Amino acid sequence: MPIVEVNDLRKVYKGGFEALKGVTLNIEEGEILALLGPNGAGKTTLISTLCGITTPSSGSASVGGFDIQTGFRGARQLIGLVPQEVALEPFEKVLNTVRFSRGLFGKKRDDTLIERILRQLSLWDKKDSRIMELSGGMKRRVLIAKALCHEPRVLFLDEPTAGVDVELRKDMWKIVEGLKADGVTIILTTHYIEEAEAIADRVGVISKGELLLVEEKASLMARMGKKTLRIDLQEPVKAVPDALSDYDLELTADGASLSYHYDTRGEGTGITRLLQALAKEGLSLRDIQTTQSSLEEIFVGLVQEDAA
Amino acid sequence: MNFPAIKAIYIYEMKRFFRTLMESFLSPVISTSLYFVVFGAAIGSRIDQVDGVTYGAFIVPGLIMLSVMTQSISNASFGIYFPKFIGTIFELLSAPVNFLEIVMGYVGAAATKSLFIGVVILITAEFFVDLDIQHPWAMMAFLVLTCLSFSLFGFIIGIWAKNFQQLQLIPLLVITPLVFLGGSFYSISMLPPVWQTITLFNPVVYLISGFRWSFFGTADVAIGFSLLAIAVFTGICLAIIWFIFKTGYRIKS
Repeated sequence: MPIVEVNDLRKVYKGGFEALKGVTLNIEEGEILALLGPNGAGKTTLISTLCGITTPSSGSASVGGFDIQTGFRGARQLIGLVPQEVALEPFEKVLNTVRFSRGLFGKKRDDTLIERILRQLSLWDKKDSRIMELSGGMKRRVLIAKALCHEPRVLFLDEPTAGVDVELRKDMWKIVEGLKADGVTIILTTHYIEEAEAIADRVGVISKGELLLVEEKASLMARMGKKTLRIDLQEPVKAVPDALSDYDLELTADGASLSYHYDTRGEGTGITRLLQALAKEGLSLRDIQTTQSSLEEIFVGLVQEDAA
Repeated sequence: MNFPAIKAIYIYEMKRFFRTLMESFLSPVISTSLYFVVFGAAIGSRIDQVDGVTYGAFIVPGLIMLSVMTQSISNASFGIYFPKFIGTIFELLSAPVNFLEIVMGYVGAAATKSLFIGVVILITAEFFVDLDIQHPWAMMAFLVLTCLSFSLFGFIIGIWAKNFQQLQLIPLLVITPLVFLGGSFYSISMLPPVWQTITLFNPVVYLISGFRWSFFGTADVAIGFSLLAIAVFTGICLAIIWFIFKTGYRIKS
């Protein structure tokens, strides 16, 4: 049974803006799902609705089998939320604010656990600092500590690495991997395709309140993936030989390499025939490499298609 | 009932209070002393006894009520407005707590603070006048109920307010006049007959009158009315808060 079930969830804001247009989504326990989408696509609305910050206009959703509205206690106990905006009380000390979060979720005080979490996040030596004394990256870590301190089974990370330096981003990924190893289900929204590519198991693409697709990252890339074969020649050529005109090859300006685009979905990629044709023309090859289109290219393609 | 959550909110709010304990303690002591100097000594010396009590003693219940009401409102309204203002309210909304638990935590803490201030004023007053409290239990009950009901009211203001100006608006525009005109510093019987009738529409009159009764055994209105007034007021506040959380008014989109 999926740990998160979303069924035709709709949200229309007061002004009439339709932020979610009937989203249906199942999330399996223990997976990392990345939600990609441009600004205003509905990523945050979806997360806010599941966490209880926004009331859905229609449709239903459940977490761990608990309906988010009628069984909100059960559902929310399982959920940890790291919001997009850094919202923390500036005068409070790190340790106190984390303890507060644990209490708020109905858990007994557990100093050993909180120490472990703060250490994991490199926050332990800042435990008695006031929030306002911390750097932006540290504040984000505090938000994560607050979300983790009640031992959630489902963690929502709303753009956890927006405006975060490279080092912290890598740290964050490590933390996410550690949580996955503990069996925590993670849903993260991000602008950074590389982030989704690096840590997600499945990728969902949202645009204008609609979930365009949800797919295994690998199969998404394979399905949508265009590959490019780059052929470096021993001897530069002035133009693509006429005999090879069927293959739609691109020649670099210096004439030293040819690029061949093909689709892995196709019946045949045509690589064998191309190589044979190249040999026939008497071209000797220095090197061959293939590159796959990144999620970014897929993503941009999808969103543009949707806009068209 | 999520008791750890109520406890967590209560402790968190009380910590803020303890961080500024000196200010919380000093300001009521100083303002009460000033009231005694001005009203008790300067003006009071020209006023005969009111209802058989010296004027200095007569104003003590009113003074305590004045502070307790305004403090309850400002503590409770700030307590819930602040998380809204800085955005930390998301955590309350996403936590497994219902409205009653949130209210118990925030309102409980705010009421505790104003109760503390009320007691401090009472002790300060003891230095200026002789007080012989006739119904100490009733006095405590009135004090606690006032702290609670006005903290509930403050909580509503805190949710309603969209900015710091609005946070001050109701206390300044409504509560202060009602308290000052509610017999804090005079007995209703001192007013002209027409105003005596008009005053009875001021709910604060019932609270101050009841509170004063617990001190001196005399009241402007029957004690039963006072209790009824405070019960109705508490009930209305609770109903409004229930409605707020039911509809998400100004806290949830």
